[in-house]
Amino acid sequence: MSARTTYLSEGLPRPVPEPDGLSAPYWEGTRRGELRIQRCRGCRAWQWGPEWICHRCLSFDLGWETVDGRGVIYSWERVWHPVHPALKDAGPYVVVLVELPHADNVRMIGNLVGDPHQDVRSGAPVVAVFEDHGTPDDKNGYTLVHWRTA
Amino acid sequence: MSARTLRGRVAVAGIGETTYYKHGKSPDAELKLALQAILRACEDAGISPREIDGFASYSNDRNDPSRLAAALGTRELRFSNMQWGGGGGGGAAAVGNAAAAIATGMADCVIVFRALAQGQFARFGLGGQTPTVSGEQAFTFPYGMMSPGQRYAMRAMRFMHEHGIGREPLRAIAMASYHHAQQNPRAVMHGRPLTEEMYDASRWIVEPFRLFDCCLENDGAAALLLVPAERARDLRHRGVYMLGVAQGSEHRNAAPVHNAPLYGTSSFTSVAPHLYEMAGVAPADVDVVQSYENFTGGVLMSLVEHGLFRAEEAAEVCTLENLLAPKGRLPLNTSGGNLAECYMHGLELQLEAVRQLRGESPNQVPDAEVAMVCAGPMVTPVSSLILGTEGVL
Repeated sequence: MSARTTYLSEGLPRPVPEPDGLSAPYWEGTRRGELRIQRCRGCRAWQWGPEWICHRCLSFDLGWETVDGRGVIYSWERVWHPVHPALKDAGPYVVVLVELPHADNVRMIGNLVGDPHQDVRSGAPVVAVFEDHGTPDDKNGYTLVHWRTA
Repeated sequence: MSARTLRGRVAVAGIGETTYYKHGKSPDAELKLALQAILRACEDAGISPREIDGFASYSNDRNDPSRLAAALGTRELRFSNMQWGGGGGGGAAAVGNAAAAIATGMADCVIVFRALAQGQFARFGLGGQTPTVSGEQAFTFPYGMMSPGQRYAMRAMRFMHEHGIGREPLRAIAMASYHHAQQNPRAVMHGRPLTEEMYDASRWIVEPFRLFDCCLENDGAAALLLVPAERARDLRHRGVYMLGVAQGSEHRNAAPVHNAPLYGTSSFTSVAPHLYEMAGVAPADVDVVQSYENFTGGVLMSLVEHGLFRAEEAAEVCTLENLLAPKGRLPLNTSGGNLAECYMHGLELQLEAVRQLRGESPNQVPDAEVAMVCAGPMVTPVSSLILGTEGVL
């Protein structure tokens, strides 16, 4: 058994909110096991990634709502060639682009956990898996959202 | 006031390039490479470098036009232009921007150039070399999606899924570039042919791309010299004229974290119709195509989106036989392109289009009169242009 508790090795760049704080509610949400997506308080459109304005109605009045962590694989890739030292000799891994049917089919990037050699199919249903990095009181801790086949 | 078009108004007077080197192998500084390519384009045109009054480039080229103008002792600088965003997708746009400056009287003698000495600076194909990431990168880098190949494999995979396309057309595109490079002494891969067996046995980089589906990284520089069309008739080479150029991308193409509404495209679906409208030609009129290979999947998408064949015809049309000069139905990347001539960020493709229309290509398409160049598939903005001989004006 590998001692690794995360899908990819530690040592990759750590995600932090921008200095302007645009995406801070997302990262606070994942720490609590919630998948939060931006939603316009005016026209109710979902939006991802976060932006300062609603692309549909041009309102600046945007909020965040927690969505159901169920999605569908829209596209995928299996990465073999490492471009970061932390992934050297890590073997292949799978990245998926997942649509969220409960949020206007916005798409998110994540890893598909499980066997990295598994068959992957666009259209397959997946569920969110929260992956903690660092202990809950670690100021540099963060939580990623992966997916596993439903 | 005549129609708002560049068609027939601007000509390519000269082209030039340095020796093309493997990544990190240039003995010369990047700025020196740029100067060498510019001087060769001037020499090719028979025009004094002092006459250059404008510079256009793309992808944040590090070699500033004011410094180049001072170094070259040009009489004055009238046009200093950088195409914003899109990396190699700016290649045709930079030529278009230079042409627009000439057509509108802002400048008379404009250099379009690109210089890369990646050994002296950072490489493109590495990712995530900082301890933290924010913004869009925070939503991709921690999942191991960092490099251009990793970013664009996702789009190509969707395109192939939507249209039921296998990997054979990608192999044909890679092999066409390598085949053409064997006749081109400038090519980095000259003397290094690629067989089907070698392609099939090559390692995966990121599915659906194998090693030979991915562009090289190289050192060197290339340049084109543009002048008003009237002047082209007095120059030493057969006139090569701008017929049309277009840049941009579809509605919300850059929607963050892979949320472009039209995701399974190379970004050209809205651009290509503008290109053909200005050029006044149809896809069937195009004699030879240079299409930017960051990855072969993007080339396939570019060809489809420029109307050269339908996605559903890819297996039948996008075959090695059809892609080869001189006899193929759709001669593609006849210098070897980014895969096998040199990754000069696609500017070498513009030079090759000019050579085809002059009749000077190492893989000449007989009587080529209309040449198309597509720059930087899957990025935004992308750009493409069509050049023609005097006969099609």
